[in-house]
Amino acid sequence: MILDLFLQILSTLKDTLLDVLPILSIILVFQLFIIRKPIPNVKKVGFGFFYVLLGLTLFLLGLEKALFPIGKMMAEQLTSINFLNSSGSLVDSLTWVDYGWVYAFAAAIGFSTTIAEPSLMSVALKAEEVSGGAIHSTSLRISVAIGVAIGISLGSYRIVVGHPIHYYIISGYIVVVIQTFFCPKLIIPLAYDSGGVTTSTVTVPLVAALGLGLASTIPGRSPLIDGFGLIAFASLFPIIAVMAYAQLTQFKTHDKTKGR
Amino acid sequence: MYQQLSVFYKSFVGSFKDLLPIILVIAFFQFVVLQQPIPNISDILIGLILVVLGLTFFIYGLEMSLFPIGESMAHAFAKKGSIGWLLTFAFCLGFGTTVAEPSLIAVAKEAANVAATGGIIEKSVESQASYANGLRYTVAFSVGIAIVLGVLRIIRAWPIQYLILGGYVLVVIMTMFAPEWIIGIAYDSGGVTTSTITVPLVTALGVGLASSIKGRNPMIDGFGLIAFASLTPMIFVMIYGMVLS
Repeated sequence: MILDLFLQILSTLKDTLLDVLPILSIILVFQLFIIRKPIPNVKKVGFGFFYVLLGLTLFLLGLEKALFPIGKMMAEQLTSINFLNSSGSLVDSLTWVDYGWVYAFAAAIGFSTTIAEPSLMSVALKAEEVSGGAIHSTSLRISVAIGVAIGISLGSYRIVVGHPIHYYIISGYIVVVIQTFFCPKLIIPLAYDSGGVTTSTVTVPLVAALGLGLASTIPGRSPLIDGFGLIAFASLFPIIAVMAYAQLTQFKTHDKTKGR
Repeated sequence: MYQQLSVFYKSFVGSFKDLLPIILVIAFFQFVVLQQPIPNISDILIGLILVVLGLTFFIYGLEMSLFPIGESMAHAFAKKGSIGWLLTFAFCLGFGTTVAEPSLIAVAKEAANVAATGGIIEKSVESQASYANGLRYTVAFSVGIAIVLGVLRIIRAWPIQYLILGGYVLVVIMTMFAPEWIIGIAYDSGGVTTSTITVPLVTALGVGLASSIKGRNPMIDGFGLIAFASLTPMIFVMIYGMVLS
């Protein structure tokens, strides 16, 4: 079994070498031919690249052994007939309400991974700085986490009922557009960025596997049409949440100055 | 040596913290809600250890090699040099970092699996690999375009909201023409692209650029590059789907 693992590591290593090659050659070409300076600390950088390679290899292997199976397993178990039947409904008469635990799980994963997301922490701190302290970084993180939780559970509701994804995402865009007109200007670039930032390397595969698992176990859904899209929800709702939070604080301070 | 160990330890704790909320939530649902044993627990445990170790080495290695060089390069190109080279560098940076992005590699592979099962492409190792690579290079190309656009925005001080709104309109239009099976993965690719490698390097470029141009506030003008990078892949992946079908 250890030999097996070792062989798997070797074969993944070969692929990851190709994955890091573009960025490696870009850096080398720009450094040597355009900036025309030798690379400082060549030895350290070399070791660094080796670690990047090794890390990427182990991570991808771990994804396939753990995160993907976990996401699919949770989806299967939460939608299995035995589990759903304990609430007393028949297979044919299952409605979206019966999948309550699926939404709860999706929301829990969304909230917990977002609140612990390091890149969101740095964005939140910057937002606090930009706003001159009017925006509180912890409250901002909580509101984004709530946004992602709502987003992913709404996304799994969509998979359960089988609606086309673009209706949801386009409605989300309309909300973003309306908010943009009323939101404090300083926060807009940060808010737009927060959508891409909140979905981390660990969360993405798990959430993708959850969606695919749901789409393949719920009767009448196909992974091809319904399986993807959860990550899109998870990157749209933070934008709405950040702007909503900024609007709320603006509203509050506005109220206070009026009252005086 | 000691210093290196402490950096390594820090990145280990960081990766573990990334995973911890997931483990807690899953444990809670397994034991309290589902009350079922986890099948293949040993395989999953090995996998989780590999994920933490892998992420640790990956981030540790990035901080030793790619981040310092990339950041100093981003600053150098932002401070001086022609716009032509700056834009070339911006494109290459977006393209190169996205190709190596771990979550994109994983999701593209899964998408190829699903497409093969769904009969969109042939169910063979080669055609799945070429679909996955096609998807990744499409996304990487569009992130390159996004960073170029974002850099131009910072230089010319275009207001970000109009560009993003324009992008949304394009996404809506493309959705009407794209085949149904690509829409979900296209929408997802926006969020997938921007994580471990891309965000720090691209942010360094944006902030360096905004702080080297007179009258720009790095706090405000430096941001927004990631926003473009999560929008353009949606458009280009839908084009990829249209080309394939």
